[in-house]
Amino acid sequence: MLLRYILKRVFWMIPFLFAVSIVAFILIQAPPGDYLTTYIAKLGESNEVLDQASIDNLRRRFGLDQPLYVQYFKWVVNLLQGDFGMSFEWRQPVSDLVWERMGLTLCLSFATLLFTWAVAFPIGVYSAVKKYSIGDYIATTLGFIGLATPNFLLALILMYVGVVHFGADVGGLFSNEYKNAPWSFAKIIDLMKHLWLPVIVLGTGATASLIRIMRANLLDELNRPYVDTARAKGLSEFWLIMKYPVRVALNPFISTIGWVLPNLVSGAVVTAIVLSLPTAGPLMLQALLSQDMYLAGAFVLLLSSLTVIGMLLSDILLVLLDPRVRYE
Amino acid sequence: MSDQTVDTGTGVPKSDTKLSAQDRVAIASQWQLTWWAFRKHKLAMIGLWVIGILYVISLFAEFVAPDEPSKQNRRAVYHPPQMIHFIDRSDGFAIRPHVTKMKRERDPDTLAISYTPTDEKIYLKLFGRGEEYKFWGLWKTDIKLFATEKKRDKFFLFGADRLGRDMFSRVVYGTRISMSIGLVGVAISMVLGITLGGLSGYYGGRIDAMIQRLIEFVLSLPTIPIWLALAASLPPSWPIYQQYFVITLIVSLVGWTELGRVVRGRFLAMKNDDFVIAARLDGASEGRIIFRHMLPSLTSHIIASLTLAIPLMILAETGLSFLGLGLQPPAISWGVLLKEAQNIRSISQAPWLFIPGGFVVVAVLAFNFLGDGMRDAADPYSH
Repeated sequence: MLLRYILKRVFWMIPFLFAVSIVAFILIQAPPGDYLTTYIAKLGESNEVLDQASIDNLRRRFGLDQPLYVQYFKWVVNLLQGDFGMSFEWRQPVSDLVWERMGLTLCLSFATLLFTWAVAFPIGVYSAVKKYSIGDYIATTLGFIGLATPNFLLALILMYVGVVHFGADVGGLFSNEYKNAPWSFAKIIDLMKHLWLPVIVLGTGATASLIRIMRANLLDELNRPYVDTARAKGLSEFWLIMKYPVRVALNPFISTIGWVLPNLVSGAVVTAIVLSLPTAGPLMLQALLSQDMYLAGAFVLLLSSLTVIGMLLSDILLVLLDPRVRYE
Repeated sequence: MSDQTVDTGTGVPKSDTKLSAQDRVAIASQWQLTWWAFRKHKLAMIGLWVIGILYVISLFAEFVAPDEPSKQNRRAVYHPPQMIHFIDRSDGFAIRPHVTKMKRERDPDTLAISYTPTDEKIYLKLFGRGEEYKFWGLWKTDIKLFATEKKRDKFFLFGADRLGRDMFSRVVYGTRISMSIGLVGVAISMVLGITLGGLSGYYGGRIDAMIQRLIEFVLSLPTIPIWLALAASLPPSWPIYQQYFVITLIVSLVGWTELGRVVRGRFLAMKNDDFVIAARLDGASEGRIIFRHMLPSLTSHIIASLTLAIPLMILAETGLSFLGLGLQPPAISWGVLLKEAQNIRSISQAPWLFIPGGFVVVAVLAFNFLGDGMRDAADPYSH
């Protein structure tokens, strides 16, 4: 039964991803002109002029002379074979450029998700159990401010504090000596040392909303008769709360992976640009600006797929965790 | 209504009439009940005031801003903010608003510019005379909310940026664009949300399923990469108003899904209510049922959802402009202003460049409080 449900959900992803690929393609085609117009303009800045014949030649080589649907079709067929095409700007296969950055993006998003849960869970439970206490008010206030502060502003403020008060540049994910080094244990340690700042920056907003959700859900559960029953039976207050109401209140917590992940991926783009992280964001922005369409398209597609997969995971987890959720 | 005493328990005003509170609740209109319920939310009331003030500022930007927002002053590059002092002790005691004049010095070795306070004072005057401008483009005047007594003096409440432009004036003009982008964007979202949500909830069946899939699809797209892609396709040579319109359109693509869901849920619930069935049996046309009977009972919910959608749009515009993909200078919005604070060198030299960020946070918080209060008050019959 469970297997069938999972298979069905996975099957549903196919038309979904197809729609995503169309959106991604339209988006990268939307700017007027194509990579060649940008390229010619760039050459023109350094007073180089291409004659019409070589322009036509290049256009044919990049396949930019064909109608849109042919370009799209070719792109999708190649995608299915794992070929993302060539980056015009880097003169390299897109897949060489994309995977390491996507890996770091995934790593960052996952670390942030863990951080969000680790912080939001205890604070949310505390706020609900000790409703209207000073701690609850502090958590609520901080939560509201966290929701209202744009990621990049938080990043800037933390960078400012880092530079002015600690005299350290806190941007990037690696120290200089590890930037281009191959992966090693020392490099991973170095990554950990740099990861905390983007994790805090990214996690604040999601943490704030998760605290509010956890608090509201738990408040709904705390007045239920089964809680009174458990209390009357003499269960200790801590176990009483952890064992029953928290477990029920946790449900929406799981289903939030679905929407936290798109938010994290989105937020990661802007934050990465501010903190100059070697993740997907900065390269995607650059690719979009120079109309390097296959590179930009690959990023839009992969980032969207990431969120779709996140939703799938949260749905499956929800079914595993709560027998009341039916396989529909 | 504000000067009446209020019964703290119910929020119902105590007036001189002999009706008891209960009677007045019984005959009050829906809007009155909503207002009474809303007034009990202290945070929401604060939010309402803050937003009101921000919109008044944006309406009267020319009048409030002491200086032209794009006027450069080479002698005031990175001028620090000046506090307004109200009590003047220079000869006796007088209440006379003034700021301390700053002296500009250049370090002979490093050539770095620094400002040191002097004993001189620059006196400020309410409704003083400044540069001439056209009020709402209608008539010429030179009266400002406050100005220096001597026209030659300059003062910088929020400091100055790298070109010596007055940050306070720039923030005031930025308020106009940032706050209005939210409003225009919300208007577009409203049309989309009500139409699609309404169709979905009213007709149900296949249309409902299709629109629901569409909403799920839009919700699962990571917004920022999509916005970046859309915004990157804007030619930077477009005139400001055109950029402004397209940016609002892009930004409003987020807002409508939530509203669509709310409207759908309400329509589904209301479809079989007695008053709708009665209207149908009476032979009312579908348009009349929807617009005359169903939508009015939704108005307060719609307003609450719209209020909660505005801060998302303000944040979106700020983010896009900050990355250089939204509005382009010389347009001024909070995001455009924050772009000045992008590199670590300029913010460590001039931390007051963060001030527009404070405005973003305050505006977003105020809208959230207001929206939360409105949502709770939206259904006055529920308690």
